[in-house]
Amino acid sequence: MGFTLKNIDWAEIWKGTQDTLTMLGFSTLFTVVIGLPLGILLFLTSRGQLLENRAFYSISSFVVNVLRSVPFIILMILLIPVTKMLVGTSLGVKGSIPPLVIGAAPFFARLVETSLREVDRGVIEAAQSMGASNWQIIRSVLLPESRSGLIAGITITTVSLVSYTAMSGVIGGGGLGDLAIRYGYQRFQTDVMVVTVCILLVLVQILQMVGDRLVIKFSRK
Amino acid sequence: MIRLQNLKKDYIVKGHKTPALRGIDLSIEKGEIFGIIGHSGAGKSTLIRCINLLERPTAGSVIVDGVDLTKLDEGKLQEQRRHIGMIFQHFNLLSSATVGENVAFPLKLAKRPKAEIDKKVKEMLALVGLEQHRDKYPAQLSGGQKQRVGIARALASDPKVLLCDEATSALDPQTTNSILALLLDINRKLGLTIVLITHEMHVIRSICDRVGVIDGGHIVEMGNVLDVFLKPQHPTTQEFVEQVADSSELRAAVAHEKASGERTILRVTFLGEQTYQPILFQTMQETGTVFSILQGTISRMKDTPYGQLVIELGGDAQQNRKAVDTLRQRGLEVEVI
Repeated sequence: MGFTLKNIDWAEIWKGTQDTLTMLGFSTLFTVVIGLPLGILLFLTSRGQLLENRAFYSISSFVVNVLRSVPFIILMILLIPVTKMLVGTSLGVKGSIPPLVIGAAPFFARLVETSLREVDRGVIEAAQSMGASNWQIIRSVLLPESRSGLIAGITITTVSLVSYTAMSGVIGGGGLGDLAIRYGYQRFQTDVMVVTVCILLVLVQILQMVGDRLVIKFSRK
Repeated sequence: MIRLQNLKKDYIVKGHKTPALRGIDLSIEKGEIFGIIGHSGAGKSTLIRCINLLERPTAGSVIVDGVDLTKLDEGKLQEQRRHIGMIFQHFNLLSSATVGENVAFPLKLAKRPKAEIDKKVKEMLALVGLEQHRDKYPAQLSGGQKQRVGIARALASDPKVLLCDEATSALDPQTTNSILALLLDINRKLGLTIVLITHEMHVIRSICDRVGVIDGGHIVEMGNVLDVFLKPQHPTTQEFVEQVADSSELRAAVAHEKASGERTILRVTFLGEQTYQPILFQTMQETGTVFSILQGTISRMKDTPYGQLVIELGGDAQQNRKAVDTLRQRGLEVEVI
């Protein structure tokens, strides 16, 4: 039995790729939109920082840890009712975005917190000494100073999301993962699986490369 | 310009109250350069950071240009801080911003119009001599240049006071001198009040008008640099003065001379114009005494030339006594060691 690409339905592959990219785009967007402020809050309320608040930090840190410790595939299933409530369905591209975001945002928030911790304390202090408000410190010091770290964080998160989108195929999430499971696993069509894996591999390579380039471009150290 | 009244600061370290400042009273005049010198851990850093409330004092008041900063709410304090510039040991520049953007930063925080910001940035960069480096990033600059950017940034918002937190401690001696010269120049041109902390007596000697010596959270000695420098009272002050006076050499020399018999050893201090006059030679010639120099310094404190020589007189007892009297009559400080 030789390996051949003859039996592959390329239209189906193309559709899967598009679905994956759509899921990836939206879930990355919402992950950043939710995770960035969450990460900033985690940082600011942690010990010795501008808005130190032990209660807030402990609770949000705990929630973040819980969400991060549940394996994504289980989180997805647990979240089905929530997903239905949010977007009306737990299936397809639309249905897979909420669990992707809820799975990735806490992870990204931690990366944001770590990047902000890297910002030189002295620079924050200098801004304070010039009369900067907390909001000005976030916008004009913390974010620009941690820019390359944040971009690296987004890259890592997006790459993780690629594998999460593939997993969402298990509960009928659509995209390349769905394809790989339906054809490759359930119908023993290894060729489809190999092709989808290759596409995912290329996707991850491109994402990582672009991310690395941006990090270098914005690094001033 | 600045008045600190009974300023206290306690840190809580592992549940224990650790006092860093134990009641500081200090008054700094408009237009003067006031130096605070102390060892690490003496509380000098805490003290300077209390002046713009980067550290909030546990008790006491901080009055800058008539405003008690400790009584202000956050918004008003931010407004007042714009009138107090600060430079730091490690420069604390925004690494993601160019030199020009760094200097513009305090003006952007104050939401000034763009045209005004551009003009001010140009003016400030000219003041510190970095016009050509406007578009570079801090990582591309040397330590001295970074501190110049720090100074330009601190002065951009036309502050009334400049606080220098160990501003030269991370620089080599030559760069230190050029930064000190710049600070002195700015003090004169703009009439800016400067408060600096340091652990180097050299810094105090080069540019300060008055100095306070801090030790264990207290100001142990304070006065005009000249007085404190030439006649240090407190042991800590004496230690600092020794940094620039080679006194250990002197002690060895004196011990050696003393051991070799009954000799008269004098420490003679010259001040101002006296420094360059042949008073010593004339006196010795008139009294017929011979002398040898064991140790000596002729230098300058800010603008005042001074000299301090340790000499051994070689005449007989009567001649020596006469020589000492004559030197005193001519206005020199003479101390028999």
